[in-house]
Amino acid sequence: MSLEVTLITGRTVSQGEAMERGKDLDDYTKAAAVCELDPADMEKIGINEGDTIKVSTGIGEVIVRAVKSRQYPHEGIVFIPMGPWVNSITDMPADSTGMPPFKGIPVKIEQAKGEKVLSSHDLIEKLYLRGNEKGEGVR
Amino acid sequence: MKKAKGYGRMVTDVVCPFCGTLCDDLEVVVEDNKIKNVRHACRIGSSKFLAMNELKRPNRPMIRKDGSFEEVDMAAAIEECGRILSRSKRPLLYGWSSTGCEAHFVGIELAEELGGVIDSTSSVCHGPSVIAIQDVGYPSATLGDVKNRADLIIYWGANPMHAHPRHLSRYSVFPRGYFRERGQQDRELIVVDVRKTDTAKLANRFVQVRYGEDFELLSALRLVINGKELEADEVAGVSKEDILELADRMKTCQYGTLFFGMGLTQSYGTHRNIDAGISLVRDLNHHTKFSIVAMRGHYNVTGIGEVLTWQTGYPFAVDFSRGYPRYNPGETTANDVLQREEADAALIIASDPVAHFPKKAVEHLARIPMITIGPHMIPTAQLSEVFIPSSISGIEEASTAYRMDTVPLKLRKVIEPPEGIYSDVEILEMILENVRERRVRQMEREKKAGEGR
Ligand code: SF4
Repeated sequence: MSLEVTLITGRTVSQGEAMERGKDLDDYTKAAAVCELDPADMEKIGINEGDTIKVSTGIGEVIVRAVKSRQYPHEGIVFIPMGPWVNSITDMPADSTGMPPFKGIPVKIEQAKGEKVLSSHDLIEKLYLRGNEKGEGVR
Repeated sequence: MKKAKGYGRMVTDVVCPFCGTLCDDLEVVVEDNKIKNVRHACRIGSSKFLAMNELKRPNRPMIRKDGSFEEVDMAAAIEECGRILSRSKRPLLYGWSSTGCEAHFVGIELAEELGGVIDSTSSVCHGPSVIAIQDVGYPSATLGDVKNRADLIIYWGANPMHAHPRHLSRYSVFPRGYFRERGQQDRELIVVDVRKTDTAKLANRFVQVRYGEDFELLSALRLVINGKELEADEVAGVSKEDILELADRMKTCQYGTLFFGMGLTQSYGTHRNIDAGISLVRDLNHHTKFSIVAMRGHYNVTGIGEVLTWQTGYPFAVDFSRGYPRYNPGETTANDVLQREEADAALIIASDPVAHFPKKAVEHLARIPMITIGPHMIPTAQLSEVFIPSSISGIEEASTAYRMDTVPLKLRKVIEPPEGIYSDVEILEMILENVRERRVRQMEREKKAGEGR
């Protein structure tokens, strides 16, 4: 079962706080490798708080943890804090402003039981140092 | 400087170097060059100060050799930076928002010397606002003005309870002002957002706009405020009745301020949304007094815009490749330079594009030699060729920063940086000197070769 929704990204106070404490710490993963969903959307595909989910766009996919949004209602919209997780699925700018589309991205959300949420360090290592899925272009 | 009760010394009037609110009322308790306590700061601000004690900070520069970092001395690191940058045909010098204006001066000089592209994090936050401001102007005000006068506060596509936690309490909603003696009771708060955010929960009125239709809602409000009939029953998910009420409230306030954030700049329409927001405020000034303020994110992102503008004439995305400054968002902006795979080297300072740029841009950064200057081992450093640890501006170095309303403030030095750690300014000056020496040597070589012919 999957859910087609609109993704927006941005700052949260926990992400800001964790980032200042150190992006190599668990706190950063806990604060930014999460996807805030409207409770109604969670029910639609049977996702519970803390479940690992796969969020995908045309760019790629990323595993994060589902969190029940405290800032709802926003049915049809999900939120992932800014960070390397969400940016592994965001696209480049295309409108002559230099601004990548960080809000309003069509995404697919699926359950990903048993999948692991990578730390920032491991995610970057996997995506950019050991080769991307196509195995090209990066060191 | 006061003696703090019980222990240490207390440094007062400390400016918080995190967000564009630039709170200047912090009190920091210091003992043995360690920060023991921070008063008045929000969660993020205190975290920045208190993390200093726990952070494992690298204290020596590093160069990548055979895939992993090796510690080197400063001279070797500067030499490597000079080598990378001098060889590059189109270096990208990016970041600048979390350091003082003194570092900006040197950075711009370096960009000019190299014929590179210099861009700031504005590119991925309020760049579109700057573009709109250039088109239609900016009827703005200082935060002091807002605090003393405003009886109507609107946050549109901004969630300060998360991104600027003390903004409401210091400047907009809660404080008592000269003409607003009862503080919050004398003001009304309206929040326009796609989610019922933590800021919206505090509002007297929450307007839930459909994603991507802010421009439509702003235009509908302009229509009504300019005395035209609104024909639609609903715009952007907001009923006609609510739009009429909202317009009336805006027109009849004594002094209103519209604060806007990434909800407008990063959503569909980008600079056109801001254009509409500014035009709305301009229209409102035919009826009452109204101002607009961009919720600038990083503490000195406004500063790099100011310094770039007075030195080059352009606010961000400045390209020196022709020997004179050029500015063309969509072409000279960091993500576009990376998207077209033009940059062949990068110097990243006071920012973290590997965490905050889209994947394709990061892939290109991973391919080219990258230099990172900053206090922490951040994701960008992880992909760099050279990493030079620097002191923290606003905590370990005094510097100048511009608040979101373009008021410059002096940041204080609270503690000494760790032994052997240089400031951003010192590091950039050393790199600039190295690059210049290389150019002189190159010119001499060419001259000699010419004479030999
Ligand atoms: S609101 Fe911003 S400037 Fe003020 S303490 Fe918090 S992070 Fe620092």
